[in-house]
Amino acid sequence: MESSRSRSWLFGIIGWLVAIVLFFPIFWVAITAFKTEQAAYSPSLIFSPTLESFHEVFARSNYVGFALNSIYIALGSTLLCFIIAIPAAYRMAFFPSAKTQSTLLWMLSTKMMPAVGVLLPIYLLFKSAGLLDSVWGLIGIYTLINLPIAIWMSYTYFREVPSAILEAARVDGAGIMSQIWHVLTPMALPGISSTALLLIILSWNEAFWSINLTSSHAAPLTVFIASYSSPEGLFWAKLSAASLLAVAPIMVMGWLTQKQLVSGLTFGAVK
Amino acid sequence: MKRPIRTLLQAPSVGLLFLWMIVPLAMTIYFSFIRYNLLNPDVHGFAGFQNYQFLWEDPAFVPALINTLALIGSVLIVTIVLGTLLAVLYERRFFGRNVATLLVIAPFFVMPTVSALVWKNMILHPVYGLLAHAFFAVGLTPIDWFGRFPMVSVIMILSWEWLPFAFLILYTSIKSLDREQREAALIDGAKPVQMFFHITLPHLKRAIGVVIMIETIFLLSVFAEIYTTTSGGPGTATTNLAYLVYSQGLQQFDIGIASAGGILAVVMANVVAFFLVRILARSLKGNT
Repeated sequence: MESSRSRSWLFGIIGWLVAIVLFFPIFWVAITAFKTEQAAYSPSLIFSPTLESFHEVFARSNYVGFALNSIYIALGSTLLCFIIAIPAAYRMAFFPSAKTQSTLLWMLSTKMMPAVGVLLPIYLLFKSAGLLDSVWGLIGIYTLINLPIAIWMSYTYFREVPSAILEAARVDGAGIMSQIWHVLTPMALPGISSTALLLIILSWNEAFWSINLTSSHAAPLTVFIASYSSPEGLFWAKLSAASLLAVAPIMVMGWLTQKQLVSGLTFGAVK
Repeated sequence: MKRPIRTLLQAPSVGLLFLWMIVPLAMTIYFSFIRYNLLNPDVHGFAGFQNYQFLWEDPAFVPALINTLALIGSVLIVTIVLGTLLAVLYERRFFGRNVATLLVIAPFFVMPTVSALVWKNMILHPVYGLLAHAFFAVGLTPIDWFGRFPMVSVIMILSWEWLPFAFLILYTSIKSLDREQREAALIDGAKPVQMFFHITLPHLKRAIGVVIMIETIFLLSVFAEIYTTTSGGPGTATTNLAYLVYSQGLQQFDIGIASAGGILAVVMANVVAFFLVRILARSLKGNT
């Protein structure tokens, strides 16, 4: 008994040590964001906090513009994903056919195309269509990338809704749209909102397509931060302030969806 | 509900994904067999396998292939070994475990460009970086990480980003381990190490397979971390296949050669995807 208690203390200490080491870079960014540029180079934890770097970031760059692009792109692609995915998921969950399983599997398999394999055609198509450096272009790409996840997750949540409830609504004369909107969506809301959070996180952090397809006008925060690679990367306090604002809201969302994250990212292979 | 309406509900998703799967890939295959340079419109026509030959002869190609495999292999080993150990550790109850879990998974939500720049500048910097300060503090000479070990540095950043992913999936899987089976093994006098190799590890097999495949597909296209830290250099030290395709296609504008590189990445991903689809098919069947 005695030894198992002391062992549990030991595991606790190791567990926390690992957690602190892994989290430390993020903690360090959060601290450095409130330092002056001179103080940023010293490893000291004792300093007088200042908002100077945040002021600088807002004054010297169009930070709000980049942040708005990120918001438009993440919300726009998530919304578009759901508009396309929910009818399909409704059909697959409540009126499955012999082919539904293989269709789902095929949809998931489109996720396995490495982005670099289709970079050039997409770049050239975007160029001729005038979609380079446009918010709509990235919304389109992210919708296509995330569509299989949206369909898959909506499908699994819809299947938990008893079909008798939908039948009752149909008997009362509810059409498809009204069934989806008034009956299904409210019942599957917890699932749909965690799916939405996951899609927002994925679009917000996506950096392969955003770097290659946008430059200034439609650039989201991933591209703005990439511009700190040189020589502004030497201004650590400003880099930290800009990074902290770009990362903090998404991290909170990620923590909130922690439970659904695994089945969403592995398409239900691990639950 | 009538059949046409059912089909109509599913049609936009199926149609869009079908186009997304077929059109760009067909174009990449086509480009890889023609002479196509954006800077030189006079060069055109069928090229046969010349683009593949040029790609092979590119001095950056063999290093890029080796770098791609080294990067994927190292990150997989680090994230799966540490992820498994962490999952076993976090399976035990300890004070504040749920909060500690949040800290462990946090790096996964940091955007790649932020992770890359923060690590390069604030942690691995040879003079002012956190590691340099730590080395000074214990009397060692700090290491110029990106100067001397550029690939190791990139692998460190990517492992930090993907360890939370591996951990989260393995931790979820380990929690579904049958308690009775474990208690039976304990009563039979199994030692912790035996427990790990004979009960825990076999149980984690599928989850580990899933982690390997999903990480591999993402790691084949690693780009932002290299673009923001080393631009593939010094020399070709950190050029992977994705960065080579980018530099051939969007910096030197040779679409033909770059497309040949893209096709190679697709082939590599397909080998992995073949196995992943089989696992997914099995779990879909298990659901119904």
